[in-house]
Amino acid sequence: MHSPTDRETAWPDAIYAQFRRVGIRQVGYVPDAGHSRLITLCRGDPDIADVVLTTEEEGVGLVAGAALGGQRAALLMQSSGVGNCINMFALLRNCGFPCLLLVTMRGEFGEFNPWQVPMGTITQDVLRLAGFLTYRVESADAVEDVVGAGCDMAFNGDLQVAVLLSQRLIGPKQWTR
Amino acid sequence: MAAVTLERREFVRELLVERGDLLVVCGLGSPTWDVAAAGDHPLNVYLWGAMGGAPMIGLGLALARGDRRVAVITGDGDMLMGLGSLATIGVKAPNNLVIVVLDNGRYGETGMQPSHTDAGVDLAAVALACRFKAARTVSRIEQAAEVRSLLHAGEGPILVDARIVADDAPRVLPLRDGHVIKHRFMAALNPA
Repeated sequence: MHSPTDRETAWPDAIYAQFRRVGIRQVGYVPDAGHSRLITLCRGDPDIADVVLTTEEEGVGLVAGAALGGQRAALLMQSSGVGNCINMFALLRNCGFPCLLLVTMRGEFGEFNPWQVPMGTITQDVLRLAGFLTYRVESADAVEDVVGAGCDMAFNGDLQVAVLLSQRLIGPKQWTR
Repeated sequence: MAAVTLERREFVRELLVERGDLLVVCGLGSPTWDVAAAGDHPLNVYLWGAMGGAPMIGLGLALARGDRRVAVITGDGDMLMGLGSLATIGVKAPNNLVIVVLDNGRYGETGMQPSHTDAGVDLAAVALACRFKAARTVSRIEQAAEVRSLLHAGEGPILVDARIVADDAPRVLPLRDGHVIKHRFMAALNPA
């Protein structure tokens, strides 16, 4: 285990700061190396209910239920998890539930595992077809702006927003432990 | 095993007698028609799709509104498709959530093909294995009052597997526009 560098902590910390700013109260996730720091931050926050899912599509129901109850929720997943959600995404469009999805990308840049490539290379297109506004982030210094804008569009407009955190941003180190 | 006699419409109607401020999420297909047949209510979330999703909608709602009771009324097909959500709910352990499965061992909307529960898969046992506080299997209308009291005061999460007759009740169709269902529910839950 290595100590995290500023480069590795800056972007998850920026996302967490946006969660606090807009009042995210529920966070659903399937454990993921790229999101590990953000998951730890959320788990340590008494104002956030962290919900570990057995499959990402459960999270779609979770955000719908949270919205019905008047709370804001976010979902963290890897690009492979997007494929698990496709039919359930219909719930969001049919009812106009706000949804903020933070997707760590695999299979697109320096990927060691070819099994990640088929889903990783169609993730953004799939999200668009499912009705999401999609924003791709390539550098750490853009994360705060993009996630902040995504939060505002999702929760002010009852829209479905996905922020794709590129594999180049996340960096290769996290996959070689 | 004794013949199944529990009629779904009568059972659901009994569950929702004097429902008060109970929040109800209905699984797609017959459970949505059953809840509608018991009387339309703004605190009903009718699902016409999202198969497998009703229990997780119930979890998100139960976490958001710890001050209210949440009932998920769904079918065995929906519960089987979202079986992993029992583990997720068991981990979060919301004490205000009860899932009632109207279990006829059939996929009613598609031609009454047998489901896994018909072959002996035991949803109550799965729920207990997933750390639910309690799980019951019921099969008689006389047990409806007991289930109703669980909905309003039982220490959740609880799963009730209601073994019902595999008949085909006439459809009673509620609101279908998801935006209307959502806004009506939210306005009733948080009056201005």
